[in-house]
Amino acid sequence: MSKFKKKKDGGLPPVNTAALPDIVFMLLFFFMVATVIKEDQLKIQNVIPFADQIEKLDKKNPVSYIYIGKPSDNYKNQFGSEARIQLNDQFADVNEVGRFVNIERSLLREELIPYLTIALKVDRESKMGIVNDVKEELRKVNALKVNYTTKKGEYTKNDR
Amino acid sequence: MARRGTPEVNAGSMADIAFLLLIFFLVTTDIATDSGLNRKLPRIEEEPPTPPVIKERNVFKIIVSKNNELLVEDDRMDIADLRQAAIDFIDNGAGIGNTGQPCNYCKGKKDEASSVHPDKAIISLENERGTSYETYISIQNELIAAYNHLRNIRSQDLYGVSFVEMQEKYKDAGRYGITDEEKEKMKEKIESIKKEYPQLLSEIVDK
Repeated sequence: MSKFKKKKDGGLPPVNTAALPDIVFMLLFFFMVATVIKEDQLKIQNVIPFADQIEKLDKKNPVSYIYIGKPSDNYKNQFGSEARIQLNDQFADVNEVGRFVNIERSLLREELIPYLTIALKVDRESKMGIVNDVKEELRKVNALKVNYTTKKGEYTKNDR
Repeated sequence: MARRGTPEVNAGSMADIAFLLLIFFLVTTDIATDSGLNRKLPRIEEEPPTPPVIKERNVFKIIVSKNNELLVEDDRMDIADLRQAAIDFIDNGAGIGNTGQPCNYCKGKKDEASSVHPDKAIISLENERGTSYETYISIQNELIAAYNHLRNIRSQDLYGVSFVEMQEKYKDAGRYGITDEEKEKMKEKIESIKKEYPQLLSEIVDK
């Protein structure tokens, strides 16, 4: 039986990789638990500012997201470098915000409509002009609950 | 010499499969940011009521220029000093409030030139179109911090628990094992403190 067995001398024994799948699975489960599926594919830069007086967004109530920021590099040629609004997956104009809110409302159960919160995810480099315009549009459709989404941290981290 | 029984499954590609899944999740998911500053926008009134007469001393005027400079009560100020200035203004309590009662819980200096009562002390925030969003958020954060500071102290005095903590527990009652009855009581406490230190923040938009 040992006719073909060749004794290999010298050389390193192969590294035992039997535990590799376990390690990778562990990582996998970590990411599955710690992250959420992206709501929207971002087409803009979206680095949100810091604040420390924050409240958790109530997940029991419906939330709609409005993104504001400069178009990311892929879209610069098409949409310029001024801050833009993104609703769902598309760039949008200020006057489309009202319609967006109404569509979001129509998808909800009736009793939840007054609880709809609009989360504004605004890039920290944006100017207040566009934010004010959006707020004005939200007031027009009576969507008054807003949340300025921020990361947790001292405000001094904002000055850069 | 053939062995009996099922041969062992080759698990060599298990790692590859797991990697594939891992990379899929890395790409399609995002670490959740689900917290922020909650604000309520003012309703648009069809027929704006005649604006009430507000005395100058009851308004804390903040103007943010397009260069992100802060002008508070006509003086330049750093954001770092804003919180304390707002606290001093709100908690001044030099006179009587809307209920006709003096502010007996205020710990301020009772300065005759500053606000009369927390329920009359209005903070007016004016920003220009060119103001950067992060400055705006910093200021909002500091103003909310001022209110939270005062509410915390008041809540600590009355109920022995800070306002922010109470609010957090109220919102997440299920997780903290709070019964409906306790929750109802909590709501009352929160409302009473909110009434003593209402957030009167008026935003002026520069057209």
